Amino acid sequence: MKIHEYQAKEVLRKFGVVTPRGIHCTSVEGAVKAAEELGGNFWVVKAQIHAGGRGKGGGVKLAKSLDEVRQHASDILGMQLITHQTGAEGQKVRNLLIEEGADIQHEYYVAALTDRATQKVAVMASSEGGMDIEEVAHNTPEKIIKVFVDPAAGLTDAQATELAKGIGIPDSSLAQAIDTLKKLYTCYMETDASLAEINPLIHEGNGTVKALDAKFNFDSNALYRHPEIVAYRDLDEEDADEIEASKFDLAYISLDGNIGCLVNGAGLAMATMDTIKLFGAEPANFLDVGGGATTEKVTEAFKIMLKNPKVKGILVNIFGGIMKCDTIAAGVVAAAREVNLSVPLVVRMKGTNEDLGKKILAESGLPIISADTMAEAATKIVAAVK
Amino acid sequence: MSILINKDTKVITQGITGKTGQFHTEKCQEYANGKNCFVAGVNPKKAGEKIFDIPIYASVKEAAAETGATVSVIYVPPAGAADAIWEAVEADLDLAICITEGIPVRDMLVVRNKMKAKVAAGGKETLLLGPNCPGLITPDEIKIGIMPGHIHRKGRIGVVSRSGTLTYEAVAQLTEIGLGQSSAVGIGGDPINGLKHIDVMRMFNDDPDTDAVIMIGEIGGPDEAEAAQWCKANMKKPIVGFIAGVTAPAGKRMGHAGALISGGADTADAKLAIMEECGFKVTRNPSEMAKLLKAML
Repeated sequence: MKIHEYQAKEVLRKFGVVTPRGIHCTSVEGAVKAAEELGGNFWVVKAQIHAGGRGKGGGVKLAKSLDEVRQHASDILGMQLITHQTGAEGQKVRNLLIEEGADIQHEYYVAALTDRATQKVAVMASSEGGMDIEEVAHNTPEKIIKVFVDPAAGLTDAQATELAKGIGIPDSSLAQAIDTLKKLYTCYMETDASLAEINPLIHEGNGTVKALDAKFNFDSNALYRHPEIVAYRDLDEEDADEIEASKFDLAYISLDGNIGCLVNGAGLAMATMDTIKLFGAEPANFLDVGGGATTEKVTEAFKIMLKNPKVKGILVNIFGGIMKCDTIAAGVVAAAREVNLSVPLVVRMKGTNEDLGKKILAESGLPIISADTMAEAATKIVAAVK
Repeated sequence: MSILINKDTKVITQGITGKTGQFHTEKCQEYANGKNCFVAGVNPKKAGEKIFDIPIYASVKEAAAETGATVSVIYVPPAGAADAIWEAVEADLDLAICITEGIPVRDMLVVRNKMKAKVAAGGKETLLLGPNCPGLITPDEIKIGIMPGHIHRKGRIGVVSRSGTLTYEAVAQLTEIGLGQSSAVGIGGDPINGLKHIDVMRMFNDDPDTDAVIMIGEIGGPDEAEAAQWCKANMKKPIVGFIAGVTAPAGKRMGHAGALISGGADTADAKLAIMEECGFKVTRNPSEMAKLLKAML
């Protein structure tokens, strides 16, 4: 689960990390009021969407007067902000963060994430903050330093010092930077984050170390023990169809192609998408109905796929294990009837009670095309939509 | 022979009294020598009772001491599953198989590091399979997990995969063209897990009753590439490889920093390329995994 920058900073402040003072608002008037309340003589008006690259897209502006705050806030609020992470249509800006300006002396990068290879928490840092870290990793990988943390030991003083010194934090800011790294690690562990990133982390002229921007992802498996994080969820930032699907315990992701697919199991679902591509078309979605696919779930899955106007055909690929093919077949027939299916449907079923399942499909009177292998199913659906 | 388990393996079921645990324990008992293999269940509140004639004990340690079981299978719900794994490790079992899906990553990080620290301190190593996996099967001998038994057939091909249904797909293809399996192993889809592709490939390489292997992977993480490098130097048997997710959008499942740390080698295309370079017969068509393997024998 992702959250906004203003929420990420709230989380960081709870763990003692210093951030600029800022106020979240949703209107132009609110923005001006926020700037007045913050005081000072310059402010930053920041678009809040769940995507990076906001500055480059025109979603972050410096204001030197309240009039400029008003101007920037009215320009940014409601705009379709396009960044390298939003896709071509962009994301509508509904939230702003108004922050006091900062006296930036240098920008660094720090982050914590889980490293699969070592099965430890990687805490990484770079002297090259404020830019896309993937670019740094690609062009100057030597400028990224990593330490690997055993959760039983936590981030040690020695590790935090190695990172802070390694990225060239000046002596006057060193103690606070080490402290910030340790707090970031604690925050990462205690909130069950899967990514906690401060980019940039800065030091100011007076030596203060501050988190100027922050990004968090949280492990969805652990949300049950973090109601305070769940409360940050902003449904406006998520794909409406994916939210709808999650209500029925369906894993759904929209894609750009025109062939909808409904599969049981994540691996088989990806393999089905790959097969569709291999035989000349593109999948319209990823959809895993999971192990307990009832008629109701299959029907909802069909409705969600068909909401996408690009869908010109559907491929159902089920490997019946504990879930029996005849049960799924009955669900597919009921779903096709309920949604008055008007696009071609290819069904490939394998495994437990395969023959019974095929019989139900054949006797349904619906124009369902049957296939034996994934390759045959893909060939048939690609032909049917052309 | 086979890898990890056979008809003489004695198994403890952790979470045997839950709905999932009960359902699958019954199916496992019905399969091949299952009646003799599933010898104990664990639930501290129901110790002394029986379920399907299987005695329930208060702890894994007690169950192991009373029955001589060396393997456990875990169906405990996510919030308590990592503790259940640790209980099996503390009881010095040979192998714990965790079926549970949805365990918090932090819990797995903590338990995996505790397991490694125990071994480093000279303690007995307990292997972990999973979590979030279908389990493993040695056809006609024993099935531990949630896979449909009837699609398997005894034979000499090994199968290893992160995905459950994709394992079944490979097994069914093999059985259909007359190739049986020595063992089929689901290592699970979670980022922090126990046995990896490389560990299972090593076992198949050492198993005199395995002639060839189908290795199936997915996008994300460095494990398939690591296994491929090992196979290049050590594997003496033919391998067919498939990676699911050529069409999966980047960044949808993992944050960009996650892709960053594995060095960008975790796309399906990158993994397929490494596997091919390491001598695997790779395919982009998952329907022809078994056919390709047969042609190599």
